[in-house]
Amino acid sequence: MEIATQEYKHVAVLSVSGRVDSSTAPELESQLKQLVDGGQNHLVLDLKDVEYMSSAGLRAMVSTLKSVKRVNGDLRLANPSARVEEVLRLAGLTSIFSIHPTQEEAVASF
Amino acid sequence: MEHRLEVPGRFDRLEQISKFIEQAGLEAGLDDTTICRCQLAVDEACTNIIEHAYEGEGRGDIEIACEAEPGELTITIEDQGKPFDPDSVPAPNLNTSLEDMQVGGLGLYFMRQVMDAVEFSYQDGSNKLVLVKRRDGAGS
Repeated sequence: MEIATQEYKHVAVLSVSGRVDSSTAPELESQLKQLVDGGQNHLVLDLKDVEYMSSAGLRAMVSTLKSVKRVNGDLRLANPSARVEEVLRLAGLTSIFSIHPTQEEAVASF
Repeated sequence: MEHRLEVPGRFDRLEQISKFIEQAGLEAGLDDTTICRCQLAVDEACTNIIEHAYEGEGRGDIEIACEAEPGELTITIEDQGKPFDPDSVPAPNLNTSLEDMQVGGLGLYFMRQVMDAVEFSYQDGSNKLVLVKRRDGAGS
């Protein structure tokens, strides 16, 4: 898994690629937590290049969503790959995330 | 034809396990989507073994056997960790408010959703999980 982070004035975008499983999800959660702890509560996860995601990735995303919602922030998803979309759907989590077709639209939604 | 893989129970082996399942799925003639579902079920099963049966990484091995037949893949996963009782795992609590949402237990839930058969047993100090996936329209 690789994560590229771009921080703008009001929003941080994390572009994730590769596999998000129990081996790599802690790193994703830690990078998200670091941003939240630093006061950035408007987050976008670009999931276009995620080849694989297990429930460990979903747990990291839900845990971050809970943290940012408590401080009136949000974690929004951009362009989830077909595999990510399937696990979100299997878990019934498509309705709790705000999902946008592109990174630009997710950023502009804040 | 049967293929076997034995790896130490560590999360950094999940990718290797996933590739092994992909190969077996191709041999059974399963399509990409079906193979992905098998990879997800096996990943979740192995994660549960490391977290719950072995209670940590590097504490025991995971043995995986794949039997590929035309249109059907049978995957058997064994470990020597603590006996696993699937009935003791609460279902994930997803139909609730975000704050009350518990995403633990998703692994087992995923396995049951994506596979045609999921059977756990414990015998002679080993947990054995048998997962079966049939190509759509194959078998029954």
